Amino acid sequence: MPLMRWWQRAQSVAGAPGVRELSVGREEWTQVARDVAATGGVLQALWVTGAPAEGAHVYGVYLTDPGGLAVELALPAGDAGPYPGLQELFPAASRLQRAAFDLSGVRSSDPDVRPWLEHAEPYPFTRVDGEGVHEIAVGPVHAGTIEPGHFRFSVVGEKVLRLEAHLGYVHRGLEQRFRELPILAGHRLAARVSGDSAVAFSWAYCQALEGLAGSTIPARAAWLRAVCLELERLANHLGDLGALGNDAGFAFGLAQFSRLKEDLLRATAAAFGQRYLFDVVVPGGVAVDVSSDSARALADVICAVCAESAELRTIYDEHEGVRERFTGAGRLEPQLAAQLGVLGLVGRASGQGRDARRDLPCLPYTKLAVTPIVRRGGDVAARVAVRFDEVQQCGRLLAELLAELPHGECTAALEAPADGAFGIGLIEGWRGPVLVALKAGPAGMVRFCHPHDPSWQNWPALEYAILGNIVPDFPLINKSFNLSYSGVDL
Amino acid sequence: MLKSLRKILAVGLISQTPPAPDESLRTAQALDARIAAVLGRALCIRHVDAGSCNGCELEIQALGNPYYNLEGCNIRFVASPRHADLLLVSGPVAKNMAEPLRRAYAATPDPKRVVALGDCGCTGGVLGQCPSALGSVANVIPVHVAVPGCPPSPMRILQGILTALET
Repeated sequence: MPLMRWWQRAQSVAGAPGVRELSVGREEWTQVARDVAATGGVLQALWVTGAPAEGAHVYGVYLTDPGGLAVELALPAGDAGPYPGLQELFPAASRLQRAAFDLSGVRSSDPDVRPWLEHAEPYPFTRVDGEGVHEIAVGPVHAGTIEPGHFRFSVVGEKVLRLEAHLGYVHRGLEQRFRELPILAGHRLAARVSGDSAVAFSWAYCQALEGLAGSTIPARAAWLRAVCLELERLANHLGDLGALGNDAGFAFGLAQFSRLKEDLLRATAAAFGQRYLFDVVVPGGVAVDVSSDSARALADVICAVCAESAELRTIYDEHEGVRERFTGAGRLEPQLAAQLGVLGLVGRASGQGRDARRDLPCLPYTKLAVTPIVRRGGDVAARVAVRFDEVQQCGRLLAELLAELPHGECTAALEAPADGAFGIGLIEGWRGPVLVALKAGPAGMVRFCHPHDPSWQNWPALEYAILGNIVPDFPLINKSFNLSYSGVDL
Repeated sequence: MLKSLRKILAVGLISQTPPAPDESLRTAQALDARIAAVLGRALCIRHVDAGSCNGCELEIQALGNPYYNLEGCNIRFVASPRHADLLLVSGPVAKNMAEPLRRAYAATPDPKRVVALGDCGCTGGVLGQCPSALGSVANVIPVHVAVPGCPPSPMRILQGILTALET
């Protein structure tokens, strides 16, 4: 198969296991993308470093059958003209390329050149014309306790004809801030790319860093990191299941699941000293060790929470009103999900069976045999079902991890890596695969760091899932995706 | 239905006592005594995320769970700043959110109060030093109470809100 020739030419990259890198020319850049698309691979991330005057590099990372493939296209100084755009093959590339232009000034050849992160001018939304069509503008400040972003609905009556999101409101310049930090301190900022995925991002950062420093973390640290990652997944899923019940008019669900989430957060704080584990994953290992007593206490709470979740699932399943609202709402067909390259939980609810814990496993997932939970329904009900199943999966994994914590140290010494060393971290967060690309700079600083949240791929999919639904169902459908604003606004 | 009712009975009442106000969180003195007179003990809050990582939002949402039982303290979140007595603002202020934040402040009827949330909202924190952020909330609108923490616990947030209510 044509993809194999690129795979064989590529070199192993530091950090995440199963990822290779390859430098290509302009024609090859497009050819690789075509071969990846032809074999069912997806675009995981795309970013640009440098600037037109000093020369630039365009990077694309694909998830393919043989593994992760990072492709680098060098654009020489003075000739950093448009590089070949990938929008036609991978629709998610469009916004990634527009954001990359706002950050670097290097443009792709794709037609949509509207600014994405730069908000100086009013945003030119695509207009829908026709008899009785009107627009509803929502945001950036939303009615609930959520992050800011703007949604423009074009509707006839209640029916949605088009939804266009305009994000970038919480753009703070994270990539530039990373470049001002010592490389051994960047994990704290990484944990705050998207706070609900703090463990996933800080682990991905540390995985890249440890890879390019040539360091291996102790087994106990790897196990504790996985405990944290699964706790983060479990807490977010419990929160979403409650909020989804509430958005379907079943306040009982919110009361019960928010109670279970709080029980879990308190048990997490008792074991690790933090409710959300922002600063547990550190370069070389973990900052907090867990005593065997608190590991047992944590395991007991997890067991109880998962049992109650199973009990509440029966109540959700038997509630006619809830079932009515979940079934068929916001359907994203598997074929469309594949075309859009949808990632993570939302992808798995639409038949896309990827899970980095199985596909590109690091320790301890190499020992755990994670089976991705896949549904093909693609509606709110399917995304709820995947969450319910993953709650039980988290329970099993956590019980196993906590029962078999290896003994020994939980940090290893780590020295700042050599200037120019490049690594990639890739961790399956609760939303989907989180990527951090990291290049070391001189004197222990960062040359560049690019954090990527799977919400980049899934926001455009939400705009399709809502089509033909009614406006009042948007909060429910949006919640079933539960995408990050902070994680994509950078 | 029967299962839901049984569950409600089995769990029972688990709400905790709200914390006392904490004067050390106050940043502005001589607040308008009219607020307490007008509001009595009912308070409407509009939350504005001005650039947070969404960590503070997780704890604001937790305030609604049965343990903290925010509505039991006669406090509720409303959908528009025009309905609000108090703005609860998280984040450093991202450049693109400065104007929406100013507008939300202007839309909130007088007399009003502002609680800044989290290390980023109080001082700029980790994210406030980013080049496209303007630092703390007080750099953009007046702030009466600032609650530090990354993120602050629900109890601490509630304490900040109750402090803002004291005159």
